[in-house]
This record gives sequence, structure tokens and C-alpha cells, in this order.
Amino acid sequence: MESHLDRLEAESIYIFREIVAQFARPIMLYSVGKDSSVLLRLAQKAFAPGKIPFPLLHIDTGFKFPEMYEFRDETCRTAGAELIVYRNERAIADGANPFELGTEHCCRLLKTQALLEALRLHKVDAAIGGARREEERSRAKERVFSFRDQFGQWEPRNQRPELWSLLNGKVRLGESIRAFPLSNWTEIDIWEYILRERIPVASLYFSRIRQVLQRGNMLIPITSFAPLKSNESPVALRCRFRTLGCMPCTGAVVSEADTVPKIIAELQDTRVSERKTRVIDYDQDASMELKKREGYF
Amino acid sequence: MLLSDSASPLRQELLCFSTAGSVDDGKSTLLGRLLYDTGALFDDQLSSLQARSKRNTSSLLDFALVTDGLKAEQEQGITIDVAYRYFSTLKRRFILVDSPGHEQYTRNMATAASNAELTIILIDASKGVLPQTKRHAFISALMRVPRVIVAVNKMDLVDYRQEVFDQINKDFLAFANHLNLGMLSFIPISALHGDNVAVNSRKMPWYQGSTVLEILETAPVESDLNQLDLRVPIQCTINPSATFRGYGGKVCSGVLRVGCEVTVLPSQTKARIHQLVQLGIDGTMQQYEQACAGKSVTVVLDRHLDVGRGSILVDSNNIPETRSELDAMIIWMSADHVDAGLTLLLKHASFDSKVILQNCKYKIDCSSLKCLPGGGMQLNEIARWTIKSTKPMWIDPYERNRAMGSFILIDPISYNTVGAGMIIDSLGNDYWANQLLRRQSAEQARNLHIDTKLVEQAEREELSGVRAKTYWLTGLSGSGKSSIARALERALFDKKIPIFHLDGDYLRSGLNRDLGFSIEDRGENVRRTAEVAKLFNEAGMSVICSLVSPFRRDRAAARSIIGSERFVEIYLDVPLQVCEARDPHGLYKKARKGEIPEFTGIGSPYEPPLNPALKLDTANSTITECVARIIAIS
Repeated sequence: MESHLDRLEAESIYIFREIVAQFARPIMLYSVGKDSSVLLRLAQKAFAPGKIPFPLLHIDTGFKFPEMYEFRDETCRTAGAELIVYRNERAIADGANPFELGTEHCCRLLKTQALLEALRLHKVDAAIGGARREEERSRAKERVFSFRDQFGQWEPRNQRPELWSLLNGKVRLGESIRAFPLSNWTEIDIWEYILRERIPVASLYFSRIRQVLQRGNMLIPITSFAPLKSNESPVALRCRFRTLGCMPCTGAVVSEADTVPKIIAELQDTRVSERKTRVIDYDQDASMELKKREGYF
Repeated sequence: MLLSDSASPLRQELLCFSTAGSVDDGKSTLLGRLLYDTGALFDDQLSSLQARSKRNTSSLLDFALVTDGLKAEQEQGITIDVAYRYFSTLKRRFILVDSPGHEQYTRNMATAASNAELTIILIDASKGVLPQTKRHAFISALMRVPRVIVAVNKMDLVDYRQEVFDQINKDFLAFANHLNLGMLSFIPISALHGDNVAVNSRKMPWYQGSTVLEILETAPVESDLNQLDLRVPIQCTINPSATFRGYGGKVCSGVLRVGCEVTVLPSQTKARIHQLVQLGIDGTMQQYEQACAGKSVTVVLDRHLDVGRGSILVDSNNIPETRSELDAMIIWMSADHVDAGLTLLLKHASFDSKVILQNCKYKIDCSSLKCLPGGGMQLNEIARWTIKSTKPMWIDPYERNRAMGSFILIDPISYNTVGAGMIIDSLGNDYWANQLLRRQSAEQARNLHIDTKLVEQAEREELSGVRAKTYWLTGLSGSGKSSIARALERALFDKKIPIFHLDGDYLRSGLNRDLGFSIEDRGENVRRTAEVAKLFNEAGMSVICSLVSPFRRDRAAARSIIGSERFVEIYLDVPLQVCEARDPHGLYKKARKGEIPEFTGIGSPYEPPLNPALKLDTANSTITECVARIIAIS
């Protein structure tokens, strides 16, 4: 193969085709972030000139940035992909938010529970996600085809061995697979591929002057959701987002990178890992593993 | 806007490697050290590492904490599954597959090695070669990892002494020589202090070789891919409209080119590659001319054929074997004991079948490297099985083609993956049995006691009136060995001389069918043939052996088995061009195409006898003349 990107692309396309061949009702989780953008492009490549043979699912917490909703709708329209949006309406109506419930419980209701409900509603047997093993320590042990029991739960101690590129997608009624075509990609691979393939990504990734709050080491964007504490005042900083989540729980980083090549150059120097800017990973020791066991992606 | 290559190398090589070592060998420490020295640890990971190192009461940074993953495992202080790590240097990107060294986790190590292009085996210098070292070497060889680094760690504990390192190398090679491991390098290191990991050690001036990182940065990538045999297992069809009918698959070996003729398996119908297409950056479909092993392709054929998931596109001149019954080395990965007769689901490339485990020929004990009697199989055991498939399978031996020679076994009730298999050559080239059983039997043979016979050979010869001889015909394929041997057998028989022809190909179809054409196997082929000839001679019967037997050393061994006084070496001296022009079985043609590796005269040398009893030039003399000359010296 010509380069690392060609090799990663070939592997991802192979995984997409295995998913479509092995499952009756696959669905692709679309979270609007850069990984979703790459995932979408690879899905197009796997089946072109045909259309993507499964719908996209966005779990909407209602706390996403306005730019994300615009970008999502525009991207799906251009790709000609079917988009399903699912919200845990009951929890949203009850006013679920991270300030009162804590990030852990808020995530459980608006993300994990919503996801499990949506997968059950659409009788999904394979949920395709853009998670990468490099992102976080518990993800490092995740399989490409990761088995979930009837309750959508992950059992890290009892995973199916995965040898060569042979993927076992067999499940019984009610059980399912989470499939990860980007397993072997790193953050820098993602950006290099975005550069090479000229893939559009949300403007939040690019640096500009934004109003933010400084809380500890985190820069929290000013939104209508984030109540200011008495001693806090917003500052205007040239910053960008490395990952996109819910507004209250996504931190920005100080950055001058306003183009893809500048982001890549920044990543090559950067000394902080990607999920550091997610508040939710810090709420408990080994928190991602606990969330994943319960059914979170 | 594009960056210059140096700032953002969009075209870098990617190497996938695995590690094997026991809990205490310092494997996690080595990986942590590699990540630390290459700058792959981020500040937050480093501070979390520093915090946790203190919690575990260690003064130095505990690099093991970087790679030991999940919470439950951290508490137990061991890794229990396979974990994937990513890092890069200026030269390369790396995927490292970390597997635990705990003895019962053979399956994890095999899983890690299955996709590795290189593996690092760790040995604790203060402990030397242990039973698990043999296990690690054996599994690396079994999974055919092309490149192996033996890292002798904790050199600091043995005062960086060269003798310790040399002794461990020697001990390792003593058993590894039997294993046909990939290309080997030995490196003395201290992962804790960083000696010879990323930078050369100043404490071991006696070591002039590469560091671990230097080898990681220079070892060939994708060397586990077969670039010769075109195989494209089809995963799915892509036909969005009446005007486009494509097939999606990954070129698992060989090179696919537009215009080349392929045979579609299993239907064995033929077609040409009309187009290879992919989605371009601008959103339009683009065509390209060829795809190498590893690429995912969308193929359009020049005619409508029955192609779907499970079909394989192959080169029409190079078709894999088809079998319903095959032999494989199987690693058992389930806690349930398995016996012959069990029905399982099998997944091979994009093909699914149902199989029965028919017969377990033997098991291999990974720690002692001994073959044990077959029977059933337990978790983490490795055994050779004959399996029967309900549908015929198209296969290549694993030794030749990792992707087309491997399969997984799935439990039909739980759907768990319970086994992994590596297909053994149809000629029965069972490397493991050859090497391990032979070594074992050689050890046992020292305890044999051979009684003298009451009927002596001389008495038998007196009875028949003939002194038995072995006529050993050696020469290239196509030099006329079989033709002359057959005519000679007839002529001697007509003279009432008890005579029997041992033909090399005939023996390979039976007695020697477990042997291939490696140097070792050719030696064993000659040895067995010579032993059989000797028995015939002892029984009072003369023998004509016709086999290529290209190596002088092997023929010398045959002479010593049979006895110089009976051994008549006859060299059929025919130029290669003449043999190749004759090519009675089309073998040279295949060999030139690379379909028969190690073919004598093409990919493997022929050493002519220096002093044969007779030299025959079959290019310029008839069979009758040749036979007459042999009888004349008898």
C-alpha cells in the first residue's frame, strides 16, 4: 500500500462491507464531529456509486452547539443519507442538565439511555460508531466487532477474540454488535485524511475569538446553559475545539489553528491528549470504562 | 493549501507489531519506555502516570501503568486482554498490539501475532530462557510473524555483562532453530533505564547492533502479505442501478489489474476485469489501473456472472486448491473441552461453512515443544486436526498465504469465536510434525535396542544369487530419470534380477506426503527413500531410486545409509535449457511464473555429483543406450 492513510482507508472500507454483508439492520451513529465526517466519507467510498445502505442516527441531547445542527443537516443532505434523530424526550422535558444532575447522571440519561432506546426502537443489530482505540485507555481493548448483550452492555473481560481480519458478527435475537471501522485511526490520521480528501468539518474545530469561561484548566464556552458563578467573568480568547460534545461539557483549547494544515501542525507539537478537553471523562476514575459497560459508545 | 512533506507527511509507512513476554519480564515497561522516549506520551498522560506511580509506591516512573489497561486489571496488577497502542516517530507510524504474557493466555498472544509484521519477545536477563519463552517463540513461528526481535531485558540486573547475553542467545537458538522463526535479531536492553531501546547504551559498548527502535523503523512493512497469488474474496455486490454492477472486496494477495483474466470461484467461470472504480475527492467515480494486496476495491467485470459474497476472484493461471477435508493447526479459545465429532461454524475470508472436527492427530505442548497424542483439546491448547466441511473450500496453505490460509471457528449455539485455524499444505507439509516429532523421535531412538538377526543378508543373497544394489538416479526435473528407471527396471527384471523402482514422486504421494520442498524437507525425503532402499537391499532386492535429490550433502547421507558398496550414483547430466524445453508436466512453466517456489533449477539450486559412478547425457543418447551403460557397470 502507498501510505498509512491508504492502508487505514482500505481496512475501514473492508469493515463497512463486512457490516453490510453480515447484518440485517445496521445503523451508523453520526455525532457531527470530525470522526463522524471521516466515517461518513469512508461509508460513501465503500458503496459508491451506490448510496450508503444504512441510515444515520444522531443522539441529540439538546445541548449541542447551533453550528453542529446546521452542519449535520447540510452534510446529510449533500451525502444523500437518511438521518434519524433521537432524543430522550422524557428526560429533556424533566429538565435534565449536567449542572444539577452532575455530568455522570446527565450522560446516562441523555446519551446512554437515549442510545439504547433508539437502537431498540429501530431493532438495530449493528451500531456503527466512530470510536478509535487511541482515544482512551478502555477503548484500547475494544474489538472492531464488539459484542453487546441484550441490555446493550459491554463485558471487557469476556470479549470475542479477533484474529487476522476475520470478523465474527453472529448474534442471537436481542444481542447486538457495536462496529468500529476507525479502530486503528489516530487523531492525526483523521486530520490528515480530512486534508487529503478535503472533507468538510464543523467550523467549531477552527480557531477564532470566542467568549469562554476559565474553570481550572478548562475553557468552557459561554452559552445560555452555563450559569455563571458569582466570581466568574467571561474572557475573549482565540481558541478552538478539539472534540465536539454538549456545550456545557466541551472545553476549548487556546489555539491559533484556523486551517486543517495548522491543526495538524499543532497536533504534532501538542502535549495534551484529545479527551482531556471532555469534562465527562474526569467525573470518576476509569469513568469511560464504566460508561461503556452500561452501553455508552 | 498543502503542507510540505516534512511538516505533514501524508505518506508514511505503518508497521503493526506485537509483543510477547511474561508479567515479570518488563514488557509493559518496555512499551511505556518506547512511548516515553519517542514523545508519544502526552502531558496529561504523563502527569496521571506520575500520580499513579506514587500511589503504587515506586520511586522511578512506572511505565507499565501506561499500557496496563482496564480498572479491574490495574487492581490485579496484570493485563488480561489484548490492547492496541498507537505512536509515531518522524520515520514511521506504529500500531502495537500488546498481549499479556500470563501462561494461560495463549489465545491472546496468537490474536496479537495474527496481524503482526514483527514481534518482540522479551526475556528477563536475570532468569534466562524459561518455558514461556519457548511458548512465545513457538506461537510467533506458528502465526508466521515475518520478523522477530529477542529483547534480553533487565541487563542492569546482571551488570550489563556480555556473557549473560551470549548465553541467552545460545539457549534461545538451541530450541528456536527447530521452529523456522522469522528473521531474528537479539538486543540487550534495560527498559527501565532506556538502554538500547531508543538510544544506544553507553553501558554495553560490546554491543554494536541496532536499538529496538532502529529495527522498528527499518523492518519491511506488510512483509506478511503475499504479492504473488491473486485472490480477491468478494464481500458484497454493489449494483445501485441497471447500468452499474460492481463487486466489493479486498485484494488479500497478489495484484489485480484492469484487463486481466480472472476465474470466479466456486463457479469456475471466467471473465476479464473491465474496470476498477473508486469515489474521487470531487464526488465523481474515478477509474484506476491496478490494485495491490491490501487494497479494498470495487470491481466491474466484462460480463454478467454469478458472483456474490463468498465468491473469490483468482488468476486463471493460478487457482487455489479446493477441499472438503483439510488439515489445520487449531488454537482452541473456549473454556469448553472439545472432542472429535463436534460441529462448528467456520469463517474463511468472506466464506462461511459448517464443519466437523474429525480427528485430532496430535497436540503440541508449547512449553516443552513436544508433540503429544491427540484426543480432545482444552482452552489454550494447540493441535492438528482434520476437519470436514459441508461445502468445498478454496484455500491456500497458511504458510504461503496468511489471508487465504486462516479461518476462525464459531460455536453454533453461543456464536462465540472458539477457535482459530491455520491450514496445512495439501502435500501434507506439516512443518510442526516434521520438526518436533522428528526431534522427539531422535531423542527416543537413543533408547532403542536392536537385536542381531538370525538370517544374515549374505545368506539371502546366496539364495537369490544376486548382490543387491541401489541405483541412485539424480538430476533435474525433466532430465529423464523416471523414463530410464522404468526401462532399467524392465531390463533387469527380464534378466531375472529381483528389482524394484522407487520413484520420488510416487513416494511423495504416500510415505513422504508430509514433506515439502524446503531444504530440510528435501533432506528428509532423501533420508526416508534411502532407508527404504536399504530395507529392500537387506531383503535381497535391488532398487532403482529416481529422485531429483539436488544436494550433495543429502546424497552423501543416502550413501552412508545404504552403504558405499551397494550405492551406485548415476548423474543424468542434461542442461537446464533442455529440461525446460522438454517440461513434460508443465512444471518449469509454473515455476517461472512463481507458482512453484523452490523449484530445482529455478528457485532452488542443483549441486551436480563430483564423482558419480556414471554420468549419462540423455540429451544426446537414447534410453536404450543409457540402460545398456548402467547394466555394463553393474
